Amino acid sequence: MIPWIGQPLPRFEDPPLLTGEGRFVADLTGDASFLRFVRSPVAHGRIVSIEAHEGITAFTGADLREVRPIRPLLHRPDFHPIEQPVLASGKVRFVGEAVAVVVAGTPEEAEDAAEQVFVDIEPEDRVISAPDALRPGAPAVHDHLEGNVVVDARFETERVDEVFAGAAAVVEFDLRSRRQNALPLEARGSVASYDPRSGRTTLTASVQSPHVVRTVLADLLGMPESDLRVVVPDVGGAFGQKFCLAPEDVVTAWVARRLRTTVSWVEDRRENLMSSFHSRDHHYRVRGAFDADARLLAVDADLLCNIGAYSCYPVTCGVEPLMALAEFPGPYDFGAYRVRSRGVTTNTCPMAPYRGVSRPVITLAMERLMDLAAVRFGIEPAEIRRRNLVSEFPYTSATGLVYDEGSYVESLDRAVEVIGLEDFRERQLSARSEGRYLGVGFSVFSERTGYGTSAFAARSMDVTPGYETVDLAMDPSGNVEARLGASPHGQGLETTLAQLIGDELGVAPARVRIVHGDTDRTPYGWGTFASRSLVIAGGAARLASGRLAAKLAGIAAAELEAAPEDIVIRAGRATVAGTDAGIEVAELARLAYHSSHRLAAGMDPGLTATATYDPDGTFSNACHAAMVEVDPETGGVRVDRFVVVEDAGRLINPMIVDGQLHGGVTQGIAGALYEEIRYDEEGNILTTSLMDFLPPTLAEVPTFEVHHLETISEATITGAKGLGEGGTIGAPAAVINAVADALRPFGVEITEMPATPSRLRRLVSESERIPA
Amino acid sequence: MAPGYYTPALMKPAPFDYHQARSVSEAVAHLGEYGYEAKVLAGGQSLVPAMNFRLARPAVLVDINPLDELDYLDEDGDTLRIGAMVRHVTFEQPVTKGPTGRLLAMAAHHVGHLPIRIRGTFGGSLAHADPAAEWCVIALLLDAELSTRSLSGGRDIPAAGFFQTVFTTALEPEELLVEARLPKLSQHTRVGFQQFSRRAGDFALTMAAVALESDDGRVGNARIALGGVSDRPLRAPEAEQALEGQVATEESFRAAAEIAALEIDAIGDIHGSADYRRDLVRALTRRALEQAIAA
Ligand SMILES: Cc1cc2nc3c(=O)[nH]c(=O)nc-3n(C[C@H](O)[C@H](O)[C@H](O)COP(=O)(O)OP(=O)(O)OC[C@H]3O[C@@H](n4cnc5c(N)ncnc54)[C@H](O)[C@@H]3O)c2cc1C
Repeated sequence: MIPWIGQPLPRFEDPPLLTGEGRFVADLTGDASFLRFVRSPVAHGRIVSIEAHEGITAFTGADLREVRPIRPLLHRPDFHPIEQPVLASGKVRFVGEAVAVVVAGTPEEAEDAAEQVFVDIEPEDRVISAPDALRPGAPAVHDHLEGNVVVDARFETERVDEVFAGAAAVVEFDLRSRRQNALPLEARGSVASYDPRSGRTTLTASVQSPHVVRTVLADLLGMPESDLRVVVPDVGGAFGQKFCLAPEDVVTAWVARRLRTTVSWVEDRRENLMSSFHSRDHHYRVRGAFDADARLLAVDADLLCNIGAYSCYPVTCGVEPLMALAEFPGPYDFGAYRVRSRGVTTNTCPMAPYRGVSRPVITLAMERLMDLAAVRFGIEPAEIRRRNLVSEFPYTSATGLVYDEGSYVESLDRAVEVIGLEDFRERQLSARSEGRYLGVGFSVFSERTGYGTSAFAARSMDVTPGYETVDLAMDPSGNVEARLGASPHGQGLETTLAQLIGDELGVAPARVRIVHGDTDRTPYGWGTFASRSLVIAGGAARLASGRLAAKLAGIAAAELEAAPEDIVIRAGRATVAGTDAGIEVAELARLAYHSSHRLAAGMDPGLTATATYDPDGTFSNACHAAMVEVDPETGGVRVDRFVVVEDAGRLINPMIVDGQLHGGVTQGIAGALYEEIRYDEEGNILTTSLMDFLPPTLAEVPTFEVHHLETISEATITGAKGLGEGGTIGAPAAVINAVADALRPFGVEITEMPATPSRLRRLVSESERIPA
Repeated sequence: MAPGYYTPALMKPAPFDYHQARSVSEAVAHLGEYGYEAKVLAGGQSLVPAMNFRLARPAVLVDINPLDELDYLDEDGDTLRIGAMVRHVTFEQPVTKGPTGRLLAMAAHHVGHLPIRIRGTFGGSLAHADPAAEWCVIALLLDAELSTRSLSGGRDIPAAGFFQTVFTTALEPEELLVEARLPKLSQHTRVGFQQFSRRAGDFALTMAAVALESDDGRVGNARIALGGVSDRPLRAPEAEQALEGQVATEESFRAAAEIAALEIDAIGDIHGSADYRRDLVRALTRRALEQAIAA
């Protein structure tokens, strides 16, 4: 199976996970004591007193005074930093905020003990929604921040008003995306262990970026990084929720050091739904100007993101509004753009980026704009997209982003063909005459992936992520170990990197071991998020293995008395091109360590190589098409068919790509139709169980049809582009557009997701009251 | 597990004492002793989640799972007798010939997911009295009679008086529900069952169960029961009345469904307002009637 790249190799990760051999934080508590957090029942208030029943070991913010507050930072004038103490001190700012922690022998005793801690909080006026937080006189969530605006960014090209004034048609609408929780199957948790012999503390945690966690822990606890080790075992899903720092992890490490012991915190589902990070509570007002041929000329957008009570570390709460601002234009070619994008703090659970970050919502906005304009001009949604999609590369967007080669129009055309649009329109018409409402929806989008330091630096981040380093070693037996700072947790990177490295070094992927998730064993890196790991860690792996292959070739050349450039390494052998002369790679490995006297002068013994890769980024693209049936009497939606035409450049492992899309699209359908975190007016959270927060199950999602295009661009050295978030980015717009298409006879506008049955039914019944 | 034995390391709920009953009289004795402090543990599919959330905090659990004497189905002339411990899954195949067995089977498939149906019990569902529970709606539709046992003897309670409000029934804390008696529908009765839920296996937002006769094309003995719309399962007497003697047509069904939607006292929750519930009653009642007539 050479080359290994492109093969649908079964994932090396799966056998242990599927046979119960996975090891997650909760499997690794050993003889730890257990923590349980006491959480605020009040959305906003002043802590009057906290008292623990006698005999209970409890700590409060006052005990942790020496721990620095979390202070995520952007260096830009339109950003106002806010601080978060790891345990509330003085004030509470959302229901579920940790105000104290208890320690007990078992999780159950800890839960009992937590009930014996009495917290007296004097409630203050609270503010729950972003628009309310902007009202004059709204309560200030953070005393020093009047107006509650943490980030207020603007961008404007020339001539926006002029273009709108001269437009043939202006399409204008409001859009709202409700609040979600990324809902990893395994909630958050960690085990912290203090070793009195070395004085070191090991935090075994379910996180996405062990090195960043180590750095910030050291900063907040005021200790050298070398006294800390962060280990990431198997992670049962993260989706961004475990990328930003959990204050609870800091407390867990602090308690272990304070008590000089091992302690563990394992979050339950209720805590996860209430107190871990939420995501994507956005309100938009969008206007688009079109010429007489339905060509989009300008966009004017006002974007409001509810960031919750605190800013998340390291990306800050600027991540949603600033990404929305920069990437709003998506795959459409227009020049005039004005946008204001604000992040607003409220008395709700803090937000963190969730798979797709703001792009599921901005994609929904652009795709609604296209569909609404298509209706206005009386043309097919596919046709208006064709007229407006980017088709020449490299393309520079209104905000200055450079898109490498993609297949925006081709992916749309392919999707139209696969679903059989013309036949569908006929079926749709005849179904309507029987009182059944079918709809089709498209979503075309660009997915910025694999971006390095330059892209993050453009956001002026105090902590600027970007590069990845891979340390590679071939041992004397010819097996390879690759150590990474990236931290895969379900993406299949142990398999795809082994495929990349295997091709380069002429060894089977099964002989390549990927080591990650341990700060003692891996080079500094940024972890796994933002659809970056295959591109960036993969690029570094490719570079490092190139270097190692060159060394192998050098050794082989000396042994075979040939020129290094004539050596070909393939299928475990180094041969002289065009001859039968050759030597086993394993033999070269042995030689490099055990007969170093035979190496050419100046060559070091051993076989190691290191490389760092830090690309500017690349754009994947895709078209999603959803077919739905809506029951206007109940508001129920059934997704009948879902087609994805994806272009992520070179596919290293197509099966893994499909898996990423299946999971991603499912989460997109979740956002479009099902999942919603709800608060009441007082800021009480109403959705703290899976009876009320509703992820779709297998019964609610169709079989996915995935098709691939492979546009190879120069933007990455492997030719691969990222695609981890695409499913989630594209699916909501496809589904919502399909629902809107189905309900078109009722003349209703869908301005909100999730489009729940009760909301859809309300739209239909209100329109029924309007006489035809 | 021995009576009274409790392993703290295995329990997420607040601490409690545990008694395993070996007979109905022993269960009743425990309930008599502990009264309000005690809860019966049947299939545990509602009680255990509530305890894990610490919403329910019984000091004492009386486990009736060993009571085979409550796990029976009997046909007594025109009555189907169901022991309290019969599991939901039993009803997936008709347990009796004719419309009663068919209706029970239609509803059974909607009760949660298979693992829940394997543990959960008919009696537990009635005693728990979730307004959207299938068995509560069916019991009301069929005018079931429910029998209890307690230290002072026992009572028979008609379904119409049994369900009081959310999670609240006429059962006294010291009473054990032992049997439900369902008067069987006549062989030529037609039945329909429709529900709408957010996801497969979820509690219904609303459900409609109907039974009617229409031998000569005219409706007789129409019954409509609704779940998930109010604080308890409801009959729709005005709609039932309106159907009496009507020709079974789309219009008469539509009219009856409209009456049902208006006569009920609907309440809303985070999944849908009272108005939305009425809309569902309108649609599902009509569809259940059409389904019944089509069968
Ligand atoms: C995910 C999920 C989905 C579900 N979906 C549905 C659904 O769609 N429809 C539905 O109807 N149900 C549903 N259920 C609930 C399920 O049907 C339960 O089995 C049922 O509500 C209670 O029956 P049980 O035997 O499990 O009772 P338990 O949980 O053991 O007890 C419930 C209550 O009844 C009391 N009780 C039980 N038996 C007796 C008795 N003989 N005498 C006096 N008191 C008694 C208990 O003390 C307790 O208060 C769902 C449950 C889950 C977890």
